[in-house]
This record gives sequence, C-alpha cells and structure tokens, in this order.
Amino acid sequence: MKAHLKGLVLAGLTSSAALLASAANAVEIEYWQYFFDARVEAMETLIENFEAANPDITVTMTHFPYADYRTKVAAAIPAGEGPDVVQLFYGWLNDYVEAELIQPLPADTFPAVQIDSDFFPMVQAMKDGDNYWALPTAVRSLALFYNERLFEEAGIDGPPETLDELMETAAALTKLDGAGNITQVGITAGMTAQDHHWWREGLVRQFGGDPYADDYQTVNYNTDAGAAALGFYTDMFLGDPPVTAIGFMDEPQAAFKAGRAGMHIDGSFRIGSLNGTRGLKWGVTELPANADGTRSNYSSYWVNAITTKAEGEKYDASVKFMQYITSDEAMQIWLDTVGELPAKPSVGLTEANANDETFGPFIRGLAYANTTKFANESGQRQLMVEMVERIQLEGMDPAESLAIAAEAEQKLLDEYYAE
Amino acid sequence: MYRNLTIRQKQIVWAWAFLAIPVLFYTIIRFYPTGNAVLISFQNWNLLGDRTWAGMENYQKLWNDPVFWKVFKNTFVYLLLGTPISLVLSFVIAYHLDKLRFMHGFLRMLYFLPFMTSAVAMAWVWRWFYQDVPIGLFNNILAGFGIPQVAFLQSTTNALPAVLAPAVWAGLGFQVIIFMAGLRAIPTSYYEAAKIDGVGWFTVLTQITIPLLRPTIVFIVVFSSIGFLRIFDHVFNMTTNNPGGPLNATKPLVLMIYDTAFNGFDMGYAAAQTVVLFTILLIVSLIQLRLLRST
Repeated sequence: MKAHLKGLVLAGLTSSAALLASAANAVEIEYWQYFFDARVEAMETLIENFEAANPDITVTMTHFPYADYRTKVAAAIPAGEGPDVVQLFYGWLNDYVEAELIQPLPADTFPAVQIDSDFFPMVQAMKDGDNYWALPTAVRSLALFYNERLFEEAGIDGPPETLDELMETAAALTKLDGAGNITQVGITAGMTAQDHHWWREGLVRQFGGDPYADDYQTVNYNTDAGAAALGFYTDMFLGDPPVTAIGFMDEPQAAFKAGRAGMHIDGSFRIGSLNGTRGLKWGVTELPANADGTRSNYSSYWVNAITTKAEGEKYDASVKFMQYITSDEAMQIWLDTVGELPAKPSVGLTEANANDETFGPFIRGLAYANTTKFANESGQRQLMVEMVERIQLEGMDPAESLAIAAEAEQKLLDEYYAE
Repeated sequence: MYRNLTIRQKQIVWAWAFLAIPVLFYTIIRFYPTGNAVLISFQNWNLLGDRTWAGMENYQKLWNDPVFWKVFKNTFVYLLLGTPISLVLSFVIAYHLDKLRFMHGFLRMLYFLPFMTSAVAMAWVWRWFYQDVPIGLFNNILAGFGIPQVAFLQSTTNALPAVLAPAVWAGLGFQVIIFMAGLRAIPTSYYEAAKIDGVGWFTVLTQITIPLLRPTIVFIVVFSSIGFLRIFDHVFNMTTNNPGGPLNATKPLVLMIYDTAFNGFDMGYAAAQTVVLFTILLIVSLIQLRLLRST
C-alpha cells in the first residue's frame, strides 16, 4: 500500500511539473491592468500596433475587476507569476517600491532630464534621483459637464463661469414636485463621487487655502478658507432653497446620464460613457472660477511600470513596450478611445486638442491642477463623506465637523508615513 | 505488517484512511487559514511588504476605535432584531400554511423563492425601492399622495432597519420550510388526545406544538443568528457608494473587516477584527448548542 501511495504522489508531482513548464520561443510578456471597458479597448489597439512593429514580441493582457486588482498583483509577483509590465495608481507607488514589486526604468532609455521637460510636472512624483519608477500614458482632470437641453429649457445662455454663477444657474435648473421633493437637481453633489477632489484641490484653494502642507503629510484645511469652502459646498444642498440633494438618483453620474441633473462635475474618463447615451445632449466647460477669476483643478493618473519579475529578454521586451505606450502616438490613441488626456504637453496642448470642444476644458484644466498625494484614497474620501454627513444628517456645526475630519485625516497620514 | 494487526486495530487503520481526506481538507482549507489569521492579527502587513511584529497593538487600536464599537453595536442590532422577527414571522406563516390545503404547494414555492434568489440582485432591487423621488418605488407612492418622502438609506436611524428588511425576507422561505417539517413531525395522536379533552387552540399551541418544536426552533435560532452576525452582502450592495454608511449606521463587523483589509490594506488590523468576530460566533454558538442539549 505504501508503494502504491508513493507512486500516486510521484505521478501527481510529475504531471503538475509538466503543466508548469511550458516552453516559450518568441518573447512573451504579460501586461496587467484593471477592467474598464474603454481602457481595455485602447490597450488592445496599442498592443496590436506594438506587435506589428515588433513581430518577435507577444504581449498578453490580463485584466481584473478593480476591487481585486491590488490583491492579485501582490500575490502574483512575489510568486514569480503575473505581469512583466503593470499598471498602478500613482498613489500606490511607494507601496510597490517598498515591496520590491517594480524596478526602476533604465536611465539610458528614459533619461530623467528628458522626461522632466517632456511630461506634465505632476509626473515628477514618480522620480527617484536619476531614475523614473513609472510613467503614465494619460492623465485626468475634472471639468463641469452640463445638460444643454435643460439649459435651453430654463433659458440659460451658457455654462457658469464663476462659483456665484454656478449657484444661480443651479437654482434656475432645480425642479420640485407637489410634495416639495426635488425631481431635478441643478447640480449633482456627493463626496462619494469626484466632489471630494473638487473640494480639496478646487474649492479650498479657491477660497484662499492650501489643503495640505509638508508635501501632503500635514492636513491644512481646518482654516477659515477650509470652512468657507465647506460652507459653499453644503449650501448647495442645505441652502434655501437647495439646488441639489445628496444621494439623488443614487449616484451623481446616474442623475446626469438620465437627464435629471443640470450640471455635474466629473473626470475626463466619464466622456466615453456619456457619449453613447441616447437623448442626452451635453457640453463640458472648465470648473468655475472664484470671484477673482482664480481656477483650481485636481489631476491624477495611472502609471505603467516594469515589475521585478521581468528579467533578461523579457526585461528588454518590457522596456520596448514601455517606450511604445508612453509615446506620442499611444497618447493620442488613448485620448481618442478613453478620453484621458495625454501626459505630455506636446501632445495634449496641440492646437487641435486644446481647442477640442470636449477635451479642451480638461486639457486647459491641467495647467492649474494639483495632484493630491494620497496615503489611502478611499479612506481619505470616506472622511470627506462623513464630514458632510455629520452636518447634513446630524446637524453638527460645520466648523466642528471640519475639525473632526482634519484630525482623523491627520491621524491616517501619520500612521501611513510612520511606517 | 498490516496482516499482524488485530481486527480492532485494522478497523482503526481503515477509519483513519477514510478520515484522512476530510482531515487533510479541513487542515488545509480551514485550520491553516484560521491559524494564519490569528498570527497576522499580531502583525502589521499591508499585503505588499514584509510582515512585522506588532504585539497587541492591533487589539489595542480596536479597543480604542469608536468605529469598532459602533460596528459592534450594529452587528448585535442586526442579530437582536433580525433573529426574533424572522423567527416569529416564519413560525406564523408555517403554522397557517400547514393548515392550508388550497394551493399549498404554490404558496410554499412563493415563500421559498426569495431564498433561492441571489442576495446581490435582491439587494439592488431593494436599493432601487428605497431611493428618493423621482425613481424610488416607496417614495413615489408617498409622493403620489402628497406625503413628503422618507429618507430610507440616507438616514442614520432608518438605514439599518431598511437594510435588514430584505435580509429577513430572503431568509424567511428556508425557515418556513424547516418549521413546516417540524410541525409535520409532531405525532397527530397528541392533537387527537387534546381534541378529546376539549382543549382550546391556544393551549394546544403553547402546551403541545411549541414545546415539541423546540429542536426546530433551536436549530433555526442558531442558524439565523450566525447568518445575521455575518451579514454582509445585503449591506454592501445597498450601500456600495458609501459602504456601511451613512456615518457607519449600517456597517456590520464583516464589512469593517473587508474595508480594513481590501481598501485600507491593513491586514493585521483586519485580522484582529476577524479574531473578535470568530470569538463572538463561537460564544453565541456554544451558548445556543448548550440550550439545545438541555432538552
């Protein structure tokens, strides 16, 4: 019986070994990103073009739901599986570098000086000495979407230019039913969507503040400017009369898509999903300025990096692939497919792109945008959500709620940077 | 060597040979991860980097975390509201359904249907029911009568019962079936004897039916308690934009664990919460099993 068992175990081992050892002749590299329809489509086009130019390299793309992404990457790379080139959120870079999941880009192919001058300055957060760790294909910013049909119906000529005009326009677009319930909002609101970025990097700065200090390690919005920005924001749904409602039609983007919202602040990645909506005629404009004409925006980006798994010929192939997906051509393809903005001013700020009716406002927004360095984006967003909820649902004094949020976020940042 | 064993020893060898498979399975699938979770609860780990020792730090943090106590309370509110409500409802339904002959099978199917439906799909449909005007079903009905809308999910007081309702409804079908099986198992001779003695329905219910249903009741209580202590899918799907919100009003322990682990990437802290949940489940189950044994 013992011999029998031994045989069984051996058979199992050999068959699994045979499964694992698959011979590779041409270089095959693996690319991972999270699943978002337009991004996958754009990457498929890029891979096709790249393979046509480099017939000896095959690129396989794997994508996952966003929720599982980080877990899978973390599990796969140390095990020697997974991607050679990986996409990650700019805010995750520190974690990836410390965990030795990615390796720096070679300085001869990606000279830091060159990149410093070619890319938008925010990308410099990816630099360490003479090397860049990762590079984006595209960047994102916010803008104000508006429903042209509803504007026409309310007799409004054009989108608001300033924050005061924003409130007036929103008031004109709000509709109530007989019971006093809002059935159409002037502007969508909800910190769960993009509003927390608009509040941090937009409103707080426009009201004269600076949301963070010490390279985003110290919370700095518990000030008069922060209170004024919060007051402006909560007035939208607590003012008299309110021009919006939190949770209206479940999600802000759903309300705008359904034509039940006059205006909506969102990122450039929303363009793709709005384009195909039947019956929706929309326009987009820059985020409104304050009384002095100051504008402020938020930008973020996803980057691509070479993992520590890539060695030898796979590494060389990965470098070539990185070169292609950060090229001008790739950026234009990404813009046309996904709606995300080119990471180089030379591509983004071309006459055609900057004056484009749809992309123009986002691209112009990049010029005055700030990039928040998050320690834990969803955690930090949650604090903004709760800051508003305490005021809205529990009637807390805004100043007190702001102080609680600032303290909680500082604690979160301290814990993160202490490690 | 095997030949020299006594029959008794051979029986033991065979028993272990067959038991080896489930033992191996449980060791790898259950005990190893459980042990590992306990280990991680004493460490700091962000899923990417190295694990470092933290000692009791995670448990201290848990003790001082107001969110944890809020969530702890929520979890027990789910249990203490959900279990009795679903127990009483399912008993009343089963009791009357048992007496009914007309369309019995069809009605039983209707009650069982929600149990077979995916919790995710159900949660999203109820989420739509609860929305504000102009899309929510309930609020549109209210608005039709000119009554101001009720904030179901956007309220710190209404949100938890609103999330609990579909969860109770979903589990009802299963409990009704179990109760009916329990009712059928009571020998009719008791009822006949009661009839001969001329006893009223209430006495029959309290002196015969309920005492004899005790094993069924204990089973359902244990089963649904564990279910409500582990509630996750209904809450998560009805509040995805702000999981467990507003202001943690609906957040159960499992959702906090998920959030800490896969949004905050604080595996050690999440593991500490898991150990606490495990302990609670263990205690509740032991108490209930002890009650079962005393019959």
